[in-house]
Amino acid sequence: MSHKLKLVMVGNGMAGVRTLEELIKLTPDLYDITVFGSEPHPNYNRILLSPVLAGEQTLDEIILNPLDWYSDNHITLHTSWTVTEVDRVKRIVHATNAAGEVQSAAYDRLILATGSNPFMLPVPGRELEGVLAYRDIADTQAMIDAATQYKHAVVIGGGLLGLEAANGLMKRGMRVTVVHVGEWLMERQLDKVAGGLLQRSLEERGMQFRMGAHTQELQADKNGRVASVLFKDGSYVPAELVVMAVGIRPNTALAEKMHLHCERGIVVSDTLQTVTDPRIYAVGECAAHRGIAYGLVAPLFEQGKVLANHLAEFGIGRYTGSLTSTKLKVTGIDLFSAGDFMGSDDGSTEEIVLSDPHEGVYKKLVIRNDQLVGACLYGDTVDGSWYFKLLRDGRSVADIREKLMFGESNIGDVGHEGHSKAASMPDDAEVCGCNGVKKGAICKAIKDKGLFTLDEVRKHTKASASCGSCTGLVEQILMFTAGGDYSATPKKKAICGCTDHSHQEVRDAIRDQKLLTSDAVFQFLEWKSPTGCATCRPAINYYRMSSWPKEALDDPQSRLINERSHANIQKDGTYSVIPRMWGGETTADELRRIADVVDKYNIPTVKVTGGQRIDLLGVKKEDLVNVWKDIGMPCGHAYAKALRTVKTCVGSEWCRMGTQDSTQMGKDLEKAMWRMYAPHKVKFAVSGCPRNCAEAGIKDVGIIGVDSGWEMYIAGNGGIKTEVAEFFVKVKTSEEVMEYTGAFMQLYREEGWYLERTVHYVNRVGMDYVKKKILDDEAGRKALWARLQFALDGEPDPWFEFDKAQVDTRQFEAITV
Amino acid sequence: MTEWKVICKVDDIPVLGARRVQRAKGVEVAVFRNAEDKVFALLDQCPHKRGPLSQGLVFGETVVCPLHNWHIGLVDGCAHAPDEGCTTRFAVRVENGNVALDVNELNTLAIEDATVAMVAN
Repeated sequence: MSHKLKLVMVGNGMAGVRTLEELIKLTPDLYDITVFGSEPHPNYNRILLSPVLAGEQTLDEIILNPLDWYSDNHITLHTSWTVTEVDRVKRIVHATNAAGEVQSAAYDRLILATGSNPFMLPVPGRELEGVLAYRDIADTQAMIDAATQYKHAVVIGGGLLGLEAANGLMKRGMRVTVVHVGEWLMERQLDKVAGGLLQRSLEERGMQFRMGAHTQELQADKNGRVASVLFKDGSYVPAELVVMAVGIRPNTALAEKMHLHCERGIVVSDTLQTVTDPRIYAVGECAAHRGIAYGLVAPLFEQGKVLANHLAEFGIGRYTGSLTSTKLKVTGIDLFSAGDFMGSDDGSTEEIVLSDPHEGVYKKLVIRNDQLVGACLYGDTVDGSWYFKLLRDGRSVADIREKLMFGESNIGDVGHEGHSKAASMPDDAEVCGCNGVKKGAICKAIKDKGLFTLDEVRKHTKASASCGSCTGLVEQILMFTAGGDYSATPKKKAICGCTDHSHQEVRDAIRDQKLLTSDAVFQFLEWKSPTGCATCRPAINYYRMSSWPKEALDDPQSRLINERSHANIQKDGTYSVIPRMWGGETTADELRRIADVVDKYNIPTVKVTGGQRIDLLGVKKEDLVNVWKDIGMPCGHAYAKALRTVKTCVGSEWCRMGTQDSTQMGKDLEKAMWRMYAPHKVKFAVSGCPRNCAEAGIKDVGIIGVDSGWEMYIAGNGGIKTEVAEFFVKVKTSEEVMEYTGAFMQLYREEGWYLERTVHYVNRVGMDYVKKKILDDEAGRKALWARLQFALDGEPDPWFEFDKAQVDTRQFEAITV
Repeated sequence: MTEWKVICKVDDIPVLGARRVQRAKGVEVAVFRNAEDKVFALLDQCPHKRGPLSQGLVFGETVVCPLHNWHIGLVDGCAHAPDEGCTTRFAVRVENGNVALDVNELNTLAIEDATVAMVAN
């Protein structure tokens, strides 16, 4: 006798089954699950019907969950059974099959995942043989069969689906005419110009068009099969196959019969519960969430995730809507659109347009209040995912506006992030350098395993799972491979799989609720795993420490190895030690001690780093403590998420050009802030004159001495993607340099997300905001600087004060047997 | 007959941390302690590029290799998908707060080492 709750799902499509997958991951034993599907197939990837029609994939290849999956997970699947009635009082569903038999199932929770139905134009002749919709495997098979016997096809509807159908039929050898009532193709995704370009290139492939045409009637031949399409103006085209692709309607028939509230779909709340009956959920294309019924897969999967979370009784997930983007799955045609690509006529939006009809390239960006709100690209869609990201993030584009049109590769000195043309890359090109993943492997995983989101690609291939610099590229490959229905997940990104909360939400909770321990965070925010994971633990530890200095206790086991050991782990498991030379200056005595240590401990390599420090490489872990002791200098932070180095030139002390004492300034800055932990590594540089020999232009804080004082630049970065620091302020005295630098650092420490560099932090909040906080608000600036000094005051030196710094010295000793 | 040798107390291992156990011969053994005070022992070598697992971050019943972020199961020594490969697992016994390893395994397992199933990228 089972005591499990009974979960019944009506519908066996992509959104519904994804919900079950997520649910089983969370709680495999809570429910007895029964699924009714009216099609005779297990769950398949509807998006890939177009490639099947075009002969690029087979039906077998698009099965997402084979029958074994259902039995392995103890899910009772009834295919070819249609649920016709639901008794909400007794909580029983009744289904019938083709033979008219009836079977019933009781439920505690019910999911309606009935999808949508194709809309059929109400014209005479629509019931004729040879007139199809384009929705499921049966339709696709019928189209493939028709293509072997007949020549003339007409597709009614020049939207995404219609064009994919037309392309597939043409590839199967039919003469295809697309009938479209609108002025241009895909008017919901493209503007007039892009639609025109699309039409031209499809015409070049042999597709014919009847634009602005109103269908009056479908006419039959003597056998009762469709033979032609007659238009209102009296003209007609021959048609032995007519495919209607004029839109879909959420399938709410059953829900309406159950007296559930339906508008344009079954109305659901943010937890995907129907507003009428909380035991009943709706997910996918049949559901209307905040007035929107989504037809793309990524938002629907996001809904599924929230629904699973709710069914698993975690109860903390909310679906708040998605932004979507579009791509056409017609090989060789690149188009992309997202957001409000049409703009508005009321003057609230501005457009930047690049049009090169000769090359078949057209790009339009729509901007409102300095934010990118829409994009429509045709011919060159390389930057689609970058624009989409800008759109989603809602960051100000004021500072990159003049370069926006030319794409990400023109913003600064770009590494390989989003730079390569994903489509033209060969399969054996390496995409993810960290994990050695090639493009072919990513494409294969996307196709074979039916992946739709960046997270899934990371999980299955490791691509973009480490440093993340290839994320843009992986997203592009995903868009190309998964096609039109790829769209990124919602704005809000959870820290990791242990929670649905974002970095900001966790930060806020720690500050507002004064959560001092990691356990308190886990409890208050209902973490899904008892001790967190390698991603969230270091972040939470940092947020606690930076929000509540002197009150929150450090948790060394939540620090990454370099911070836990206060030395830098190298590829062979040995460590490197970098004695801190203030401002890059040293003495004969220090050098002698360092040299002696190198001899005494047989340290194999001595190297000068990019930040002007001596690096001792190949130190054994058990030697670390003695090496530090013998050197007698602070020996790290060169590897921590903390202030690393302050690079200097010789300045006025020695240089004949120097105008300011940059070495002293560097030493002072480093001594003031050297124990400062931050969301990510931080580097400063101080140059004594505008020749800028310390290369202050690519540092988190760069100071350049001029005759009348100091210029300050912030948010530079010499990392994977070089970012040039921006001019921030000019000050007169070195005290001011200290105060402004400290204030900026503290702002970043308090507001930056873990592993977010200063440049990304400043991009996120906007340079104007930082200026307002530090330049315009003197009291605020002084308070920030005071808070940093408070946090650093008495902060122990982990190389000499092990107890105070909570360094677990047991890590250095091995147990011997 | 298994001969158990006490190597340390459970409390000698940091919670959510590890200790290294040096053997007469061969790569060291890492002993881990998780939040529930369960103790696990693996060869201190990631199946990927031999990263010292004892230096990794521990959560649940998983340790994350400090070199390239591979997730290794503490129970079976095997990498979580999509990575593949396993490191050698050692038997552990905890009695009266003492952690003991099998002498025979300490003397024989992965002594020649070096070639633990290296997984090609």
